[in-house]
This record gives sequence, C-alpha cells and structure tokens, in this order.
Amino acid sequence: MAANSSAITPTITAAIVDADRRNARDARADGAFRWIVTAAGIFVLLALAGAALSMLWGGREAFSTFGLGFLFSTEWDAVNHHFGALVPIYGTLVTALIAMIIAVPVSFGIALFLTEVAPNWMRGPVGAAIELLAGIPSIIYGMWGLFVFVPLMGEYVSPWLNDHIGALPLIGPLFTGPPLGIGMLTAGIVLAIMVIPFISSVMREVFLTVPTRLKESAYALGSTTTEVVWDIVLPYTRSAVIGGIFLGLGRALGETMAVTFVLGNAHQLTASLLMPGNSIAATIANEFTEADSDIYRSSLIALGFLLFIVTFFVLAAAKLMLRRLSRQEGAK
Amino acid sequence: MNASTHAVSDRLYRNRRIKNAIALGLSGLATLFGLFWLVWILWTTLRTGLAAMKPSLFTQMTPPPGSDGGLANALFGSAIMSVGAILIGTPIGVAAGTYLAEYARKHPIGEVIRFVNDILLSAPSIVLGLFVYTLVVRTSGHFSGYAGALSLALIVLPVVVRTTDEMLQLVPSTMREAALSLGVPQWKVTMQVLYRSALPGIVTGVLLALARISGETAPLLFTALNNQYWTHDLSQPMASVPVVIFQYAMSPYDSWHALAWAGAFVVTLFVLLLSLLSRAILLRNKASHD
Repeated sequence: MAANSSAITPTITAAIVDADRRNARDARADGAFRWIVTAAGIFVLLALAGAALSMLWGGREAFSTFGLGFLFSTEWDAVNHHFGALVPIYGTLVTALIAMIIAVPVSFGIALFLTEVAPNWMRGPVGAAIELLAGIPSIIYGMWGLFVFVPLMGEYVSPWLNDHIGALPLIGPLFTGPPLGIGMLTAGIVLAIMVIPFISSVMREVFLTVPTRLKESAYALGSTTTEVVWDIVLPYTRSAVIGGIFLGLGRALGETMAVTFVLGNAHQLTASLLMPGNSIAATIANEFTEADSDIYRSSLIALGFLLFIVTFFVLAAAKLMLRRLSRQEGAK
Repeated sequence: MNASTHAVSDRLYRNRRIKNAIALGLSGLATLFGLFWLVWILWTTLRTGLAAMKPSLFTQMTPPPGSDGGLANALFGSAIMSVGAILIGTPIGVAAGTYLAEYARKHPIGEVIRFVNDILLSAPSIVLGLFVYTLVVRTSGHFSGYAGALSLALIVLPVVVRTTDEMLQLVPSTMREAALSLGVPQWKVTMQVLYRSALPGIVTGVLLALARISGETAPLLFTALNNQYWTHDLSQPMASVPVVIFQYAMSPYDSWHALAWAGAFVVTLFVLLLSLLSRAILLRNKASHD
C-alpha cells in the first residue's frame, strides 16, 4: 500500500483525502444525530418523572402540614386553612365506578357487534362513527351535559329514581335526593359516554387478533356466535380486554372538564348519587386560580399528585395486560 | 335415537339459538346506544352553535357580561398557542420516535420509554397543567402564553412519538439496507429515506395531536389563564377558545352562553375536519402503497 501510494497521481490522493474527510464528517454527524435522538428519547422519561416530582414538591407543604390525615379528612375550609382530600377522592372513585358499570357492557356489545354481528359493509363506517365520539373535546361533553342533559336528569330521571328506587332497602339511599340534575350520577353517565369509544376500540382490536382458525373450528362444531365469543374469543383475549377496561378507567379518573360542568363542586360527603359532589380534577380546575394562600394551592397540587399516582398505576396495569396479548401474538 | 332424546336435544338447540339471538340483539342495541349519544351531542352542538354564529365572532373581542362581542382574541390565542405547541412538540417527538424505532427497537431502554410514553399519552391533562404551573408560572411569577403552549406541547409529544415510532417500524428494512450499502451515513438514511417514506404517517400523527390540543381546556386554566383583550405577546396571559367556553358556559348570562356555543361549534367543526383530513391522508397513502 505504502509503495503504491507514492505512485498515485496527486488528484487521486486529493480524492482519497477528501473521502477520508467526508467519512470523518459523516461519522461525526452520525454521532451527533444519535446523540440528539437519544436525548429526545430520554426527554420523554424526564417529562413524566418531572411531572411527578414537581407535584410532590408543590404539594409538600400540604403533606407535611396535614400528614396522612390529608387522605382521610373531609374538611375543605379555605378560610381556616384546613384541607382534606377524602371528598374529592370519594367523588373521583364513585363517578369513575358509575362510568365503568355503564361503559364496560356497552363497549363489549359494540365490539361484539363490530367484529361478529354486523355485515361487512357496516363495520367500517359504524366503527369510525364510534371513534368520532372519542375525538370530540371533553369541554363539549361538559357543555352538552350542563345545558341539555342536566335539565333532563333533574326533570325526569331524578324524580323517577326517587319514586321507584328510592324506597328500596339497601340501594334506596343511593337514589334519594333533590331533583337538581347535577350530581355524581349525571357525572358518571357523561363519563361513561366519553370512555365508551376508548374501551370499545381496544376491545374491537383485540377481538380481531383471535386466529380465524380457532373461531371457525368452534363454529364447525355447531357453536352459536355467542358461544364462540364467550368460550373462544374472550378466554383468548382476557388480559387485553381487562387492559382496555383499565385504560378507560384511567381516562375516567382523570377526566376534568366534562365532570367539572355537571358535578356541582360541593365539598360534602353524601351517600346519595343525586347530590352534587366533587372530584379531584374538578376541584383543581375550579379552585386553583382562586387559591389565595400557599397552603390552599399546595393542597390542590397535592390532590393532583394523588390523581397522578392513581392513574399511573391504573394505566401501567392496563399497558402490562395489553402487552401480554401482543407478546403472545409475537411468540406464535 | 328414540323420540325423547330427540325432543331434549331439539329443546336444547332452540334454547341456545334463543340465547344467541338475545345476545346479538343486545350487542346491536349497545351500538345504537353509542351512536345515539354521538348524534345527540353533535346535533346539539351544531344546531345551537350555528344559531349563535355571526361574523362579529371573528372580529370582536370577548365582551364583558351583558354586552355584545366575539371571540377574536380567544381564537387568535388558541391558534398561536397550538402552533407553538406543535413547533415544540413535533421535533422532539419525531426525534424521540426515531430513537425508539431506529436505535432502541428491542433495547430495554426503548421498552421503558415506550411504556412511559404510552402512560403520558393517557395521563390526565390537568396534571400536565399543574406540572407546567410549578415549572414555569411559579418560577417566572406570572401566567403566560408560553406556559400554555408548553403544557399543550406535553400533550402533542407522546402522540408524535408514538406515530413516528410505529411508522418508522413499518418501513421495510430492505430500504435501510439498500441505502446503507451505498455508503450513505445513517443520519442521512433516516432523514432522506426513512422520513420520506414515513412522512404521511407522521403528518397524520401531528394532525391528530393538533385535533387533541385544540379542544384541551384543563392544562390552560392555570398556565395561559385568560385575557379579555387582544394580545400577541406570548409572555402575557392569553385567552383561548376552550377556556373562554368554560368561563362563559358556567356564567349566568345568556349572551355569554350563546358565545360559548358558537365557540364550541367552531372547535368541534375544526376537530372533525382534522380527523377527516388525517383519515384521508392515511387512506390515500394506503392506496398508493397497494
């Protein structure tokens, strides 16, 4: 090589030097590019960690002042600076639970309809229409809830519930109350409408992953559609279906605007679902800009931290369960 | 087989058929139930909103209670903060998605980032608002359009990361290998070959992210706050359509309610058009590939 290179004409030497320089430049550029995209990837991690830590930091005053009692106190007194999270926590859980009780069976029905029942030409448009529901901004749900749904609840549904279910033992107290229209039941129903498209689209997707072979074998043995879904499709997709439900639960727990409009912003703990209540997200949305003392603001941020932790675990569980199915798919 | 077992199996069969018919009928009802709310909500928004539409909506400022006005400052604020959020969120999101698909596809760190990104995707948006509040508003001492744009960018980011990651993974590896074997450096392969092939998908992701933030209210409540006047200074508090809708809808004034419905109409129409547009891009792309 060395002997040859002396014989090479200057132009070629220049070309080689040029190429070497270009290679070095490319290598540097490659390194820089790799560095930039890696930093962006890490940024995603930092965003989530930063959100958690900043709220823990912002809520430290509330946590240190009220201690564990913050979680169990129903007091919310801005004048005397006493804050407890029990009412918002209770409201968040109850509204999300109502939403799930309505949304899960309905979403299952929609997914079943779109994968097994509907004729082929109908599946695309109806599926797209349901997914359109997911795209409507939550503030529209809130407005619609306040101006259209709340009057109906107050005028017809609440009196009916009072008269017919309110007298029953055990569940009666849940459905007795003034016909205000706003309240936890209304909020739960609006939430249900909001999360139905999320849950049903996950369910539909996972139902489609069931191998046709399995379903056809069951049909060939004489199973009805219901039996195929119940005995073949559901067992095959069980973890992912639960994952989809958890995904919807995560949404329902953290939803802010739709709930804020129809929940009534009342800091009281009542058994009745027809009474106004409060949720974590609605409390923050309603009161944050009005918080006039540090401890007030800190209590609201602490509420945000609690909400974050709860939704984090719910969503993480959802992801893990959804992942199990895709891994099973990949292993095949 | 004698007659009685025949009768039993017949009855069994009929019962199974009936059960099946009931279940399938219920599934159809569930679908109708879902569509029913969709139609009702859209119908209310379009009808009430259209009735409240007027040209002054786009020329006048948000009014004090009782007087006439429009949403010009709020529309402008929403537009400028959304553009800001897209400008911040898209480059970081595309870069992070590139990292996931091209450098850490099977790597444990890639899995962790994907997991965290998916959680960020469904995290309550009000929590992101609180994050930006402590990060920006508290340290700078006042509410600002920058803080609003930043909180929206945190919503854009995971959407773009996810679509970029998925779209790049769909690009056949033969394309990478062909380009690399010609001696093209990897960053150039990514920029000029992979991005070009994944572009329609990434654009769809950005459009979907834009659709999501244009109706987002919760994170703006205590970052951008609100502003009764026109401002193009991002360091000032800024009005946005969703926050104005929230404030006006919760008020007792009829004229404010009408403006809120008009705002809701504009936002809904915009979101629907964006989602139709993104669907169209995906379909066209699919058709050109087949």
